[in-house]
Amino acid sequence: MKPPPFRYHRPSTVTEALAVLAEAGHDGKVLAGGQSLVPLLNMRLAAPGQLVDVNRLAELAYVRTDAEAVRVGALARHAEVEHDADTWEAVPLLRQALADLAHPTIRNRGTVVGSLVHADPSGEMPAVLALLGGVMELASDQGRRTVPAAEFFVGPLESALRPGELATAAVFPRPPARSGSAWREVARRRGDYALCGVGVLVTLDEDGRVRAARAACISVGPTPVLVDLAGAVGGRPHDAADWAAAGAVVAAAVDPEDDIHATAAYRRHLAGVLTARAGRAAAEQARQEGADG
Amino acid sequence: MTTRLFGEPIARREDPRLVAGDGRFLDDLGAGALAAAFVRSPHAHARIVDVDVAGALDVDGLVAVYTYEDLDGRVAEPLPLLIPHPSLHAPRTAHPLANGIVRHVGEPVAMVVAGDRYVAEDACDRVLVSYEPLPPVVGIDEALRAEHAVHDDVPDNVAAHMVQEVGDARAAIAAAPHRLELNLQIERSASMPLEGKGVYARWDAADRSLRVYSSTQTSTSVRMALAAKLGVPVDRVEVVAPDVGGGFGVKIVHPWPEEVLVPWAAIRLGREVKWVEDRREHFVSAAHERGQRHKVRVGFDDDGRLLGLEVEFLHDNGAYTPYGIIVPIITSTQLLGPYKPGAYRVEFRSLYTNTVIVTPYRGAGRPQGVFAMERTMDAIAERLGRDRAEVREVNFIRPDEMPYDHGLIFQDGRPLIYDSGDYPASLAKLKKLVGWEEFAAEREQARAEGRRVGIGLACYVEGTGVGPYEGAHVRVETNGKVVVATGLTTQGQGHETVFAQVAASELGVPVDDVSVVTGDTRRFKYAVGTFASRAAVMSGNAVALAARKVRAKALRIAGEALEVDPADLEVVDGVVRVRGVPDAEIPLATVAVLANPLRYAFDEQAKQATQFAVGGGAEVPPVADDDEPGLEAAGWYSPVRSTFANGVHAAVVETDPDTAEVRILRYCVVHDCGRLINPRIVEGQIHGGVAQGVGGALYERIVYDQHGQLLNASFMDFLMPYASEVPTVETDHLETPSPLNPLGIKGAGEAGVIPGAAVFAAAISDAEGLWIDRMPISPSELWELRRQKTPKGDA
Amino acid sequence: MAEDLHETRLVVNGVQHTVQVPARRLLADCLRHDLGLTGTHVGCEHGVCGACTVLVDGLPMRSCLLFAVSVDGAEITTTEGCRSADGGLGPVQRAFMECHGLQCGFCTPGFVTTVTAFIRDHPDPTEAEAREAIGGNLCRCTGYQNIVASVLRAAELVGEEGSGEPQGGAPVGREGSGA
Repeated sequence: MKPPPFRYHRPSTVTEALAVLAEAGHDGKVLAGGQSLVPLLNMRLAAPGQLVDVNRLAELAYVRTDAEAVRVGALARHAEVEHDADTWEAVPLLRQALADLAHPTIRNRGTVVGSLVHADPSGEMPAVLALLGGVMELASDQGRRTVPAAEFFVGPLESALRPGELATAAVFPRPPARSGSAWREVARRRGDYALCGVGVLVTLDEDGRVRAARAACISVGPTPVLVDLAGAVGGRPHDAADWAAAGAVVAAAVDPEDDIHATAAYRRHLAGVLTARAGRAAAEQARQEGADG
Repeated sequence: MTTRLFGEPIARREDPRLVAGDGRFLDDLGAGALAAAFVRSPHAHARIVDVDVAGALDVDGLVAVYTYEDLDGRVAEPLPLLIPHPSLHAPRTAHPLANGIVRHVGEPVAMVVAGDRYVAEDACDRVLVSYEPLPPVVGIDEALRAEHAVHDDVPDNVAAHMVQEVGDARAAIAAAPHRLELNLQIERSASMPLEGKGVYARWDAADRSLRVYSSTQTSTSVRMALAAKLGVPVDRVEVVAPDVGGGFGVKIVHPWPEEVLVPWAAIRLGREVKWVEDRREHFVSAAHERGQRHKVRVGFDDDGRLLGLEVEFLHDNGAYTPYGIIVPIITSTQLLGPYKPGAYRVEFRSLYTNTVIVTPYRGAGRPQGVFAMERTMDAIAERLGRDRAEVREVNFIRPDEMPYDHGLIFQDGRPLIYDSGDYPASLAKLKKLVGWEEFAAEREQARAEGRRVGIGLACYVEGTGVGPYEGAHVRVETNGKVVVATGLTTQGQGHETVFAQVAASELGVPVDDVSVVTGDTRRFKYAVGTFASRAAVMSGNAVALAARKVRAKALRIAGEALEVDPADLEVVDGVVRVRGVPDAEIPLATVAVLANPLRYAFDEQAKQATQFAVGGGAEVPPVADDDEPGLEAAGWYSPVRSTFANGVHAAVVETDPDTAEVRILRYCVVHDCGRLINPRIVEGQIHGGVAQGVGGALYERIVYDQHGQLLNASFMDFLMPYASEVPTVETDHLETPSPLNPLGIKGAGEAGVIPGAAVFAAAISDAEGLWIDRMPISPSELWELRRQKTPKGDA
Repeated sequence: MAEDLHETRLVVNGVQHTVQVPARRLLADCLRHDLGLTGTHVGCEHGVCGACTVLVDGLPMRSCLLFAVSVDGAEITTTEGCRSADGGLGPVQRAFMECHGLQCGFCTPGFVTTVTAFIRDHPDPTEAEAREAIGGNLCRCTGYQNIVASVLRAAELVGEEGSGEPQGGAPVGREGSGA
């Protein structure tokens, strides 16, 4: 299981990278963390003619927090984002979800942006971006553009990234005040791809009632499934909301498939169960947020 | 000061080099060797229409490409049928490279040799093979239906059909007060050692000798096979098993196609050639095991005592049968466990499918048999409303009934006679360890809290130490060091340590003065191999017997030197001394010097043995007629039959009412493998076996689709447990020594895995109130089962 | 057509090496075959088993998922680099020996490096933390129980003796580790 040969580029600046990517076109693939790409190369399931190694682009190695969002540069490793204290304060859902992403050793090298571009239907990061209404920042030698999550994940392992483009950052907006989040996942083994995973974001009003609630689910469709839970739990006090009903809404909304690890029916069932569990936990976190002020 | 090391949990002698990164595994050798890679069939069943290697020839760094047409002599013949059996009426083995037809995904079609593995794989990609796909036979149902045949000349896909019976089981069942019928199934799994197979061959053209390193469980047998296949005289072939990264049975099969072809290429090319199996190759071209489907009919009385037991099962043996029908024979016989079955009839058919071959994986058919028997016991208990442990106890063979002859033939071709064991005591210990009696209350308490917990237990008996023999050679060097060699191999069982402990104990030397070599035909040529939990029993006893001969000779020589009766001598810390007389002693090193009458002294020590120093009677030759030079001896242990270990496991599980995930709360083991050479090593073996039992019960399943494509040929989708999935194992043990061998030991290598499927099926059944008849079981499957609400009991 | 070779500098276990390798040369193969450091093992080549785990600038990573060229200039620590300064066994290695934390030894190098980094960052782990720390490495022989014990024992030994910082340096800061 050795990779096939490829032409190797290692640009030192983003400008250089974009020039190389433009030149390579369809034949080019970006190598950042490589934790998804290199297994494919080793198994010879992919054979890009040119690899553009972006690991020298120090200008993209950042995770920054500001008043609006957490901004994750293309070279920020999962582990860095997971352990960043400011990120935890601003968008706790990132650490909550990252804890279930593979194993720490993989997280030391894999990148959040790389995960997003990879667009695995079982990937935690796409669901987090979708749930928070985040955006991807893309660049090419023709210019830059921003693509919201809702348009970025096109299909299984397919994103809106075009040949010649480099994803330079992902932007995760801060949730509103009095918000709480939670991530619940069931996998066969700890660290495996989820059989089903659900992230829930709950926002309470000043009286502690649910002002907004939504869920994002993975492994139950070709892309993350976003479900508005307001109908089931909106207006209810945070500790008297019918999270089981919210779960039922999600279970009805997803369209999973059978595979060797789980049936579609079981995944659908999990979507409901995990929504209820995550919802309860998110609501509780929101209450604490509100209490802490 | 004692040098009795037998039974001591000493640290392992092999560890310092392994932890430091100085191990010598197959791919660590042969730095300059060419690399081999294989073009393998992507089809489960196809005719090979054409193999076009032209594209590969353009690859820079390519050295050679071979197809079946290039094979000559006996290399072009099918690989050997290792274990023939009269019931195996339609055995079939593969050719090293496919001869016009492929019968499973992964079957090798062409071999490429190149400068390195990367280039070799590039060349493989350029070899164009045209296939005419044929209908594949996948799964037991298709094999039985026989709409298509895996082998044209075996139209019903039945390789073997065997019946063993004692008494008239059908009549006994018909006449019994109670009857049950069960349908049970275990899915395919695999040994999956962390290191795959590997072969590294060196041909010395000047000397016309071949040395082959192979990551094998039987270097001596590989040697014989290669000599036969390659037409090289046996005494010019040496096979060495280096450090081996796990075997668990899959590396006992031999010779693999690659084991033949890599040395063959090395001879043809006059270059060193090495092949290192990658993980995908291992999935599609090594071996699998466990897939069987059972129908059990049992008749029993009001106490649950078995009156008649009839088992009919189907065994999927994959595309070829190089290892014969050992696995289903073991299932047939070991199914009986510690029980008296009344009348017993077991019948199996071994079926061909277009999948990877099926050969032993730790447990080797026992897990399937134990699953069948233990589910039957649980079903009987359920039917009668009795305690599951009590029902088992009623059926136990009692200690005073040993030796117990089942009237069947075991996998070694010898009678299935249990030599020793105290099954009631084992069970009693286990019940105490896990808190069996108290559990019902715990279950109720949990239920009140909305939690589902359950307990399961399973008993097994394991035939270990199968023959025909093993041997060992022990030599005391003139510097006092002891060198031990035995022909079987090592894959992590700590043989360098345990055999050193045996030798040190028998000889009376410090264990640090003993070195052990295994699996190297240069050092010991007659052996069988490491499998079937036999190494400690076989080579342990052989080492002991050899060491005893050496000790006896040492005492004789020392007695002559000290002018005392050998009976008055003892050996302590490497010194031979007169019991109770402090100054009358002679180091074993000196005895070794004296054991070899010399003309020429090679150092100061050696002067003592030269002809003018020694003296001795002028009428007596320096080396007696029945003696040999040197303080060394070979010892052989050949058992009259297997020796039977036993154990009982219990698991406590909790199932999630919503997600159906299974959490293991406790796992308890009581095992009896006779006397223990190194308790810590035995316990380690049990931990490892239990982890594979957990894997096989809850996670691991080889999945083929209807086209014969292996759907989970990677570690991402074939789920071996991580530390997060394996519980802490609580162990206790008994020692009922084996009366069959001098050391009183029994094998322990497979014990941990044998009852895994049975015990988890029982525990989950107990937690859920559902009948589990098929393993492994995933949360998804358990959830689906809940939905169907299958009632417990008979079909 | 021969492949382009790239000059790549790696500091491995404190020793500077320069190799000429194709871009697709996996770090695992570079360490094992170009540098002769065969302690690191290859079990799966898709990042799951962990036998190939080495420290890259102090962080555990799968060397089967890295190209040597991609970590040009990095400080790599392999199991060989976890020995003590005098060439004897380091505390983590000794702990594995003492606790019977290995049987065939094939997975062990990946555990040794992973555990070395873990104890450096978590000098006093609980048993649960120790089990979690080794949760990304497969072992087929031991059932993990004695490996967990080895982690705890290693923490004790490191605490008593000091880590003897493994050759290869301490980790760089968490931000900006692009290389």
